[in-house]
Parts: sequence; C-alpha cells; structure tokens
Amino acid sequence: MSEMALPLAQVNLMWFAVPLIIVISLVYAATHHEAMRPILTHAARLAVMISGFMLAIMVVLAIVAWRL
Amino acid sequence: MSPAAVVTDASGQVETIDLKDPLVAAGLGWLVPGLGHLYQGRTAKGLLFMICILSTFVFGLSISEGRAVYASWTDWDRRLPYLCQVGVGLPALPALVQNFLVRSQKAPLFGGVMAPPSTPQELNDWYRELHRYLELGTVYTMIAGLLNVLAVYDAWGGPVQLAEDDRKKKPDKEPDTEPGG
Repeated sequence: MSEMALPLAQVNLMWFAVPLIIVISLVYAATHHEAMRPILTHAARLAVMISGFMLAIMVVLAIVAWRL
Repeated sequence: MSPAAVVTDASGQVETIDLKDPLVAAGLGWLVPGLGHLYQGRTAKGLLFMICILSTFVFGLSISEGRAVYASWTDWDRRLPYLCQVGVGLPALPALVQNFLVRSQKAPLFGGVMAPPSTPQELNDWYRELHRYLELGTVYTMIAGLLNVLAVYDAWGGPVQLAEDDRKKKPDKEPDTEPGG
C-alpha cells in the first residue's frame, strides 16, 4: 500500500464521497451560470440535495437490513 | 463576428458571452480542463473547472499509485473505464503511450505510471496490493473525465439555461390571444 494510502486506510469509505459531491456540485452548477455567486449558491443547494438523497437511501437500506 | 451566448442571471439581467471560436474552445477545454474558458476570457470559470477536475483526477491517480488510469484492450482486460478517463484530455493521454510501449515489449516510462498490466497475474497483484484504492482511484478519475465533458460543452455552447429558469422569468399568466386575431 502506498504511503499516501496508508493514512487513508483509517478513513471511513463514506468520507471519500465528500470531495466528489463538492466537485460534482461545483462543476454542474458552473455549467448553468456564468457569475460566481449563483454558481456557489446552486452548488451548495445541489450538494445538500445529493447528500440528503444519499442519506435517505442509507436510511432505507438500514431499515431493510434491520427488518431482515 | 464570433458567436455569443446570451444568459439571464437571477436578477433578470441579460449578459452576452463572447464564445470566440467555439470549436477551438472545446478542443482546448478537452485538452486541458478549463483552458477553453481561459481562451474565451471566462477566467473564473476556467480556473474553477481546472482546479476541480484536475484535482479530482490527480487525487484518484495518487491513491492508486498511478495505476487507475491505463489503456488496455486484451482478451483478459478490456479497460472500459479509460473511455471515461480520457475525457480529461492531455493528463490521460500518457496511458496510450505506455500501452504502446508495453505491447512492444519495451520498458514503460515514468516508473510505470499509467502503464497497463502485462499479465493477468500482475493485475491480480495490483488488487492485492492496493485493495480498494485501485477501484476508488478508477471512480475518481472516471468522474473527472466525465465532468470535463460538461465543461467542454459549456466552453462550446455557453451555460445551459434551464427551462425552469426561463419559466420563472416569464409572467405567471400570459394574456390570452384569440386564434387568428
């Protein structure tokens, strides 16, 4: 395992989603606006939506796993 | 006269964006993420695309020790993720050179970064050595490539105006018009 990956091994896999959510939100928002302020506003809203969606899916899966 | 994109911001102000030569901008944008926007003078967005996309690509490449990005089309390893990764342009192209060198039985450059595995056993060793980081690096670099496709489209045609945005700007109820009148 690489020197960089070694400390990352202690990190929960879910944390790897955070930079992806931020980057995807920023790039997607930037393709819909030209000025920086609406880009950041749209990106923040989108990041919350993606996180909420992932959280909802996690809750559903947790309930299904618990019932099984 | 160069083509221009007309966008309306949240306050209703109309802004015209000079796209210069859209095909050149799209080509530059594919080659280096954000370069097409810098060519058009859209500096802030160019830097945003460049930082976001390149950092995602470099992070994915780093955690996989340079192995997540490689080009291979053998019977035992058809590397389809490369089709997404190559969307990031120039940073992914060394994989093609490395593939050529490995297939020609020559030593790969840069210590084997972006070189394909030469045997199935070597690929298995990569998974054993890197665990989940080979997959994670592949996901990161694929997403970087796909995001650059969006950035290239933006360089070519300007920002996408959502139909929803257009509806918001229109009055709630348009005056009724009589047919033929």
